[in-house]
Amino acid sequence: MADAQVTLTVDGMDVTVPRGTMLIDAARQAGVVVPHYCYHPGLPSPAVCRMCLVQVEKMPKLVPACVTAAADGQVVHVHSPEAKQARKGVLEFLLINHPLDCPICDQAGECELQDFVFQEGQAGTRYGDYPKRFNPVEDFGPDILYVPNRCILCTRCVRFMEDVAEAPVLNVSERGDRAYIGIDPDHRLDHPWSGNVVDLCPVGSLVSKDFLHKARAWDLDKTASVCPGCTQGCNVTIEARDEVVVRLRPRTNPEVNRWFMCDAGRADYRWMNRGDRCEAPLAIGDGRPVAHDWDDALTTFASLVGESDGPAVVLFGRRASSETIGWMLRLLDGRRTTAAIQVPEGPEAALAAVPNLALRRERSPNLHGARLLGADADWDAAIAALGGAALALVVDADLSDAEAAAMSGAARVVHLATVADPRLTTAALVLPVTTMAEEQGVYVNRDGRAQRYLPARTPPGMARPGWWVAASAWQRLGADRTVPATASEALGALPAFAGLDHDALGWHGRVLATAAAGRTR
Amino acid sequence: MGYPHPIHPKETPLLSQHFGELDGSRRGGYRALGQAVGMTPEAIVDEVKASGLRGRGGAGFPTGMKWGFMPKDDGKPHYLCCNADESEPGTFKDREIMRWTPHALIEGCAIACLGIRAETCYIFVRGEYTEPGRILERAIAEAYAAGALGDNVFGSGKRIEMVVHWGAGAYICGEETALMNAIEGKRGNPRIKPPFPAVSGLFGMPTTINNVETLAAVPPIITRGGAWYAGLTLGSPKSTGTKLISVCGHVQRPGTYEITLGLPMRELIFECCGGMREGRTLKAVIPGGSSVPIMNAAEVEECVTDYEGIAAKGSLLGSGGMIVMDDSTDMVLQICRLARFYAHESCAQCTNCREGTAWTTRILERILRGEGKRADLDLLLDLAENMTGKTICVLSDSCAAPVVSGIAKFRDEFEAYLSGARAPLAVGA
Repeated sequence: MADAQVTLTVDGMDVTVPRGTMLIDAARQAGVVVPHYCYHPGLPSPAVCRMCLVQVEKMPKLVPACVTAAADGQVVHVHSPEAKQARKGVLEFLLINHPLDCPICDQAGECELQDFVFQEGQAGTRYGDYPKRFNPVEDFGPDILYVPNRCILCTRCVRFMEDVAEAPVLNVSERGDRAYIGIDPDHRLDHPWSGNVVDLCPVGSLVSKDFLHKARAWDLDKTASVCPGCTQGCNVTIEARDEVVVRLRPRTNPEVNRWFMCDAGRADYRWMNRGDRCEAPLAIGDGRPVAHDWDDALTTFASLVGESDGPAVVLFGRRASSETIGWMLRLLDGRRTTAAIQVPEGPEAALAAVPNLALRRERSPNLHGARLLGADADWDAAIAALGGAALALVVDADLSDAEAAAMSGAARVVHLATVADPRLTTAALVLPVTTMAEEQGVYVNRDGRAQRYLPARTPPGMARPGWWVAASAWQRLGADRTVPATASEALGALPAFAGLDHDALGWHGRVLATAAAGRTR
Repeated sequence: MGYPHPIHPKETPLLSQHFGELDGSRRGGYRALGQAVGMTPEAIVDEVKASGLRGRGGAGFPTGMKWGFMPKDDGKPHYLCCNADESEPGTFKDREIMRWTPHALIEGCAIACLGIRAETCYIFVRGEYTEPGRILERAIAEAYAAGALGDNVFGSGKRIEMVVHWGAGAYICGEETALMNAIEGKRGNPRIKPPFPAVSGLFGMPTTINNVETLAAVPPIITRGGAWYAGLTLGSPKSTGTKLISVCGHVQRPGTYEITLGLPMRELIFECCGGMREGRTLKAVIPGGSSVPIMNAAEVEECVTDYEGIAAKGSLLGSGGMIVMDDSTDMVLQICRLARFYAHESCAQCTNCREGTAWTTRILERILRGEGKRADLDLLLDLAENMTGKTICVLSDSCAAPVVSGIAKFRDEFEAYLSGARAPLAVGA
């Protein structure tokens, strides 16, 4: 049996990789990026862009690093004069038909053609006065435009649809320098995961209509987050310009979503920018809301909780964090409490070639965290329990008219709100809380993986995280109680997450032993 | 026979002996197959190895060795592909085989199937070859009827199925892996090698792919022996047997000539083909189909027509499609036409080829229009360098080869356009 590992040298650095690793991946491990276009770790490599040609000693020709397996003792030169000359040639070929419309191109600033041309291309053109290839912009799908003039025919989009989504609606049409990406005339690019082709496109050829001309890449603040769309828990980046979220993009996590996210998740960000937010605590006295500072509001909240002698109901909205759920329940410790998280349902949509990746039926990112923390009641049962309840807390839940009407069955109602709800006429207190986009928190996905998300924008007005509101009221109800200083402390103080701190979750999260034990996977 | 002309004494008619004959009934057909069904696959491969037969499609790879790469007892179906997508400009030898002696091809395919343990042979026929393809289809039906093909070849219990797959007219489908993609119903783009076809070819199974002429040469090797075939040589012992050369261009008698390898090129052109047109002199020859470097008259004069002899003069025997040009030829125009062909046929997957072939064509057209710049020749050579040895298949290299050799050997003609000494032509956009 041959060794499972091979050791090679890349630009003078020794690197040991598993046998079968391609040179481009081995080089990356050695800290050397081999410029590339058609290669993508999530797709089969066709070796067509010819950009990743590297020099390997004792091989007669330059070889494509994306399809050449690393071998023991290989000496690879990524930056030898021959390899650089070859790449310079490819870049020149790619540019002769590429418009220099970077100033109006959405991809500018995050364009791999720009990057590599700046890195090692040549400044001038030798193409002369020939007209560049022209094809008009095509409307490929609900959110996708194809700008053929910018296309470098790397075929990542074609391969994603064919090999990953397994819905082959794209192809390379025509031949020679007349080639372009074609779409099946009887189909649209409307697969539930098709938005990934926009991310995969190394240039500005496939662009999102939603993001079109919205912002320049270099103006965006990027925040690591978790998609709040369903129980899958895809890792995402929230991208905001001046506090306005302009798009969500997938963040690589090999264990959860690889390089991808679904279109539903991608599109679900506008609520983050809502302007009609609750900005100050309101107490309802004499039928009129009166603004309070947090100190008064929390004292009122604590006394409402303290004087409620009887069963309690907590209705969590679908995006409630583990910290908020845990602390809200701790606040009600000792009472008979019915707590439920809202889980809207929708059709499931799997990404065919990626195991265990789908837009899930349960459209809540923290259903499993809620169960772990004891917010495990059936939603309808919780609504039914409102009748005769001494206290009901509504934590950013999205209630139907009937559910809102049922709130009047509870003796005391406190609304922890991102947006006011005029139907909740019996609410004694409305406390402004943050959305997940404005706070740090942890969601537990369907596989028991705890993943943190970070605040992408400043909360409006006086809005505070739900866990802080709960902990602050809890502090007022007993001696020697302190409010956790951070979300991480808030999490670590909960028995279900005993001792876990946010940093320990890293960027890819961690499967909880307690959660995993309950699952067969 | 130097079809369509009478046979010339300098020819060696082996494959071409029946070219032009309408009656094919008395040729002793399928004797070789009858013999081969009684042989082991190893014995068949050994006989072909002993013959020294090399691929006639262009690369010149030893055929027996290629067959020997096929795995044994791997439990997978094996395939034979016959490359009848003869599209190389200047090449029309396979056409004659299919027109006049289709059964020789079928027999060669059947023997190859036995040698490589394949039960299915696909013959990929160039889409434009309607007449030869129909003749071949008719011949295959006859072979089935005669028991030479089917479930029980000549009662031996061996099974050989043969299918004609019609191409759709793309030059690139003559590249062996593009051909396999095309048979599979995919876009005819060349595949990356490795894996080589003997490991993973058609439908991912071990596959051998041979040219029409290569396969048609197999029956006489079986009946008369590999050693006999190996003895057919006038030059290098590495170049054995006969080769069909399809000669076109400015000769007195263009046609398909069959020579023993090693015949001086001068004798082929000036004796078999009757030399140049009246009052004209030889200027250049593209000896092996449009993809190989151009030779000038001095190189032709001393060249021996075999794999080694032509390589020694810096070109390649290639497919044996010989394009002969006399002193009336405008080399810049001819090279431009070749470049335009490659630009049109590039499959578009590799950047260097997709953009390089088109750009090269534009520069050449610009030179012809009298709008060329002095730096254009260096630019052409630089582009050619960036197009050579850097792509999946050799189409890109094929476009670069005539440009590089053309500029090296006929630079004065390019410069005449650049300086305005030659009147511009109205070409291109």
